[in-house]
Amino acid sequence: MALQLRKSTHESIVYIDNDSAPRIMPSGEDFILEDIPVGTRVLYPNPPLKGLPNREAAIRYAVNHPFDCDPLYAQLKPGMKVTIAVDDISLPLPPMATPDIRQTMLEVVLDLLAANAVDDVHIIIANSLHRKMTPWEMKRMVGQKIYDEFYPDRYYNHDAEWKEGLIKIGETRHKEPLVLNRRAAESDLLIYCNINFVPMDGGHKSVAVGLCDYESLRAHHDPQTIRESDSYMDPARSELANKCIRLGKIVDKELNVFHIETAINNRMYKGDMDFLLKNEDDFTAFDRMKFEAMRYTMSKLPRPARRKLLHSRPAHYEMTACYAGKTEPVHAKIIEKGFQQYAIPVRGQCDILITGIPDISPYNVYSILNPLLVQVMGLGYHFNFYRNKPLLKKGGVMIVHHPCYDEFDHNFHPSYIEFFNRLLPESRDAFYLRDKYEREFANNPSYVEMYRRGNAYHGAHPFFMWYWGENGRQHVGKVIAAGAENAHVPAMLGWERADNLTEAVAMARNIMGNSAEITMLHQPMIGIADME
Amino acid sequence: MAAAAFYDLEGTLVSTNLVHTLGFYARNQPDLFRSVRKSATTLLSVPLFAVSDQYSRKVFNDLFFKRYKGESEDRMRFFADELFETVLKPAVFPGAFELIDKSRSLGLRQVVVTGALEVSVKPLMDYLCIDEWVANRLEFVKGVATGRLLPPVLASATKASWIRTYAEREGINLSESFAYSDSMSDLPMLSIVGHPAAVNPDFRLRQTALHHDWPILNLK
Repeated sequence: MALQLRKSTHESIVYIDNDSAPRIMPSGEDFILEDIPVGTRVLYPNPPLKGLPNREAAIRYAVNHPFDCDPLYAQLKPGMKVTIAVDDISLPLPPMATPDIRQTMLEVVLDLLAANAVDDVHIIIANSLHRKMTPWEMKRMVGQKIYDEFYPDRYYNHDAEWKEGLIKIGETRHKEPLVLNRRAAESDLLIYCNINFVPMDGGHKSVAVGLCDYESLRAHHDPQTIRESDSYMDPARSELANKCIRLGKIVDKELNVFHIETAINNRMYKGDMDFLLKNEDDFTAFDRMKFEAMRYTMSKLPRPARRKLLHSRPAHYEMTACYAGKTEPVHAKIIEKGFQQYAIPVRGQCDILITGIPDISPYNVYSILNPLLVQVMGLGYHFNFYRNKPLLKKGGVMIVHHPCYDEFDHNFHPSYIEFFNRLLPESRDAFYLRDKYEREFANNPSYVEMYRRGNAYHGAHPFFMWYWGENGRQHVGKVIAAGAENAHVPAMLGWERADNLTEAVAMARNIMGNSAEITMLHQPMIGIADME
Repeated sequence: MAAAAFYDLEGTLVSTNLVHTLGFYARNQPDLFRSVRKSATTLLSVPLFAVSDQYSRKVFNDLFFKRYKGESEDRMRFFADELFETVLKPAVFPGAFELIDKSRSLGLRQVVVTGALEVSVKPLMDYLCIDEWVANRLEFVKGVATGRLLPPVLASATKASWIRTYAEREGINLSESFAYSDSMSDLPMLSIVGHPAAVNPDFRLRQTALHHDWPILNLK
């Protein structure tokens, strides 16, 4: 009876009982079927909000009815210098079906610019210290027409290491420098086109982080800031967001920024994979058949082929809101809309948190989820998907399900390899690593060249990934990697390993007791536990 | 303790190789007949050079530098500037300047260790602002090349050996030093520093770099 009562708390919260179906968990490139202990609370993402029927019209309406500034058309003068900055490939995940929302935003904005005789227009991808996007990815993001017209001279990636292409804008009273892309900073108007995928995105972070250099970034991408962000998915309690706002004040003072932000729903899968978003108890025979067919097919493929297959499936996100104008009011509205999609009211922390780690993160699109990224997904993103207080009790056990293979992408993540193999055996202390090695990696000429001329993440990026897990590391008592195919990767990360989920739960119960409350995040979990 | 960045030259910082230089000198003989003959011989020898280079850099050097036999030293020095302007300067990879600048800004000493000929690379070193460099030297008797190289012949292990001697003499910490090369033949040189990197690598070096998790750069 108690279980029956608990079942009805929220449509996104399901309690496992004796006749519950096994749950599907992503584990790298695999989807496994696991019997979850009775009494486990499973959090599902909220059902997708209905997308706007005509997103082009919504964007057009937003730029014509902005917050706290004149409409875009009223700000345009013939001959003026305009730069449009757009988010990079790190969101949404996986890359969405074409046309991408950024393409639609650009089409609306470019039409308006052309109609007002504004010819001096550059489009810059605000990739910050992320890898530069490849020409193919750039074309896919904006469509053939815009690509042909602007690439490569007027459509390119931001380069945080091109000294001549950067300019110092100012410094906060906390001595945080702000160096930005020169073209963007010296334009008469900077238009930022954003997609808000998680609450950490957008707002002042877009310009102040997306278009900055390494020295500016390291002022807030540090372990202390992350420790003080409770969580970084909750802008109101995020020190990272506070610091971005401080920098954003300088941006607003020195630059004329017109911000266009969009919110999307969480419809990651559609059609043949939509069952992954459903409660397994509600599966139809057809859903089960689709799952078994997928599992059978995947089992016949080698891992690189499975990865390729999963990365080649676009997501079907729909735009749920678009606002434009000054950064802060626009972002506030978008965050409100975002939480409408993501927030799941949850009462009570758990002792053991289970989460499967899927094959994709913001940092490995079309690439490998290497051990550092497994760490950032577990202790970073999944741990931080909460508001008010963590879903997991202090000192609780987190079980992540992933093979933890020791594989890295040499083109995208070269400095990660050195970080993992050379630094982690020496120390896992984020402060020590930052003080002793971060600048060395950031200035390594090989990594700088690979970032600038290739498609590598910046040399300092693995450090930021390590810091990203810092508040999780401080909070969680133990992490157990279930399904890890080797012992050394979990050991290097400071984790324990278990062959499977059953063993991991038994190990966790040994620590937390047999009556430990267990919660599982049902992936893909694009949601925020809104803790009471 | 100081550190340095050691570069191979041809294929690494510039797109040309030893054959381009030989071809240039072959084209610029004192008379047309010799120019045609030398150019044709050089062209026909390319497959032989390629095979011997795959087999052994020492065998390649023995075969290759014989082609300079009979060249006058004066003439080679006279044409060095033209060689630089017409062949080497346009062949410098765009990323080479950035790599050297970044490396220099870290206080690393910039050293080029090349198997190319000393007479032909000096203007290029000036252009790249490289003060410290070492290259192969042809043996001249009475101002005429014998087709042999003076020791030490810089190739493969001798490059590494030269770097070790240099580091000892100059107080360079090799563990903190960098090395860049495009060719598998420079594996010894890459192996003795703490930060090796493959630059525009050939297939074999690419595989080795992947195996050892070395960075792979593309300066093109």
